[in-house]
Amino acid sequence: MLELKHIYKNYNPGSVNEMCLFDDFNLTVPDGQFVAVVGSNGSGKTSMLNIICGSILADRGEVLVNGQNISNQKDYQRHKTIGRVYQDPSKGTCPSMNILENMSIADNKGKTFGLQMGVNKHRKDYYRELLQSLGLGLEDKLYTKVGSLSGGQRQAVALLMSTMTPLEFLILDEHTAALDPKTADIIMELTDKIVREKHVTTIMVTHNLRYAIEYGDRLLMMHEGSVILDKAGEDKSKMNADQIMHLFNEISVECGN
Amino acid sequence: MALVVSVLEQGLCYAIMALGMYITYKILDFPDMTVDGGFPFGICLAVVMIRAGVSPILTLPICFAAGCLIGVCTGIIHVVFHVRDLLAGIIMMTALYSVNLRIAGRANLPMYDYYTIFDNNAVNGIFSKLPSVFSKFQTVIVLLIITAIVKLVLDWYLKTKSGMMLQAVGDNDVLVTSMGVDRGKVRIIGLAIANGLVALSGAVFAQQQRYFDISMGTGTAVIGLASVIIGTALLKKLSFFKITTSVVIGAIVYKACVAIAIKAGLQSTDLKLITAVLFLAILIITRDRKKRVEA
Repeated sequence: MLELKHIYKNYNPGSVNEMCLFDDFNLTVPDGQFVAVVGSNGSGKTSMLNIICGSILADRGEVLVNGQNISNQKDYQRHKTIGRVYQDPSKGTCPSMNILENMSIADNKGKTFGLQMGVNKHRKDYYRELLQSLGLGLEDKLYTKVGSLSGGQRQAVALLMSTMTPLEFLILDEHTAALDPKTADIIMELTDKIVREKHVTTIMVTHNLRYAIEYGDRLLMMHEGSVILDKAGEDKSKMNADQIMHLFNEISVECGN
Repeated sequence: MALVVSVLEQGLCYAIMALGMYITYKILDFPDMTVDGGFPFGICLAVVMIRAGVSPILTLPICFAAGCLIGVCTGIIHVVFHVRDLLAGIIMMTALYSVNLRIAGRANLPMYDYYTIFDNNAVNGIFSKLPSVFSKFQTVIVLLIITAIVKLVLDWYLKTKSGMMLQAVGDNDVLVTSMGVDRGKVRIIGLAIANGLVALSGAVFAQQQRYFDISMGTGTAVIGLASVIIGTALLKKLSFFKITTSVVIGAIVYKACVAIAIKAGLQSTDLKLITAVLFLAILIITRDRKKRVEA
């Protein structure tokens, strides 16, 4: 279970550009839940993910994982049990290494990176199997440099890599936003499949309202640092795109967009 | 012929240093100026040790280890205290100038009458049994063996898990964090190995030159960078060469260029100017250093 308790976050404190984003922000995500988060730009979606992952620190407040406070852990320590896929497909993979090397690195996540051989040949068939499940034909491209793959292929590999080892949370930060609609659909399908198979607690930030409605057990809408809509289970399945769009337009109008 | 031998000798000495700079400049994207102090550090340490009676071959691992410590210092300045990469190197380079003078006790120190890794009973014994043609290449052959060993060990290291992390941190340090690894630590390890190689290269160079002079380090970083860039840019098309091999060849090509320039009538006092102009030319031709997106 993930809990954010009384989170406060100010950007540029003490300057004229001071901006208060979170003012006593609270969120609880039970184990195994797939949360979709929508909201306008600057509503605090990505900041929330960054605070969970330790990429930025909250001014005050606690991040609790299974009751344990992880606020003081460094980002890399938290990432040992967090899988994260970024909007930018190049952030989840190493472009100058081939797929096999990338998968080998991901396979070793959480263990020490010592002087053993980096690529374990015995695991090759396993990697191939995993890649086959993507259905993109990547299983025959183990020795292709990841940098020469398309954005969609790279994102698929990144998704696979971030979920290879046992993990507590999967954090998806607009991970389909940089892809064309068709590839985005494929990646979204894959995401859903992986999340269901692994029963991993997932927080997905997206700008695609359709995905937010179709996928996930819970829908959050954020605006100016607070949750203005929180529907789970039955309530969520009753929602449709028009209602959300309507609400979304309302807050956008308030902002003057 | 003598010119070719001298180019090979110097080129191979500098090749080990260039392999170190390949780690910092190419893999970590860290232009490491520590080298200008770390190279003469290796030289004076080796000279002082040999004069004190330490076995020449033993000076190599000792200098490597001492160089690693220097790299760790640069790394800590950069990673822990958030000093910019170039400045962290310059700070260390400046500090090492005094350290080197302290170790040597004075600005130059000869060791003409001592055994070296190139000239000792064991090596001389082997070469005395070989046809006399080889004796001219005694130093080159020993150097080739040392450089080959260093290159092979580095190749092996880069294939290990730790080595792959090192490559990943230069490539995409977000991924390293995602893997639950402290990217600062990986950078420090990389700098340690690189500066270890630089000091090792100094120790080898010391025994080839048989003296230490405080000015020997000036421009080393530029020579190293030039070698790395020549190696990786010119030999890019030849994919059957491992990149480390290309760097070694790059160092020799670079030394050959300098030798040709001097042969063509320039004075040896113009050496640093030639170094700088050559380096600038290489940079302009290859336009190598890509501006990476800040993660």
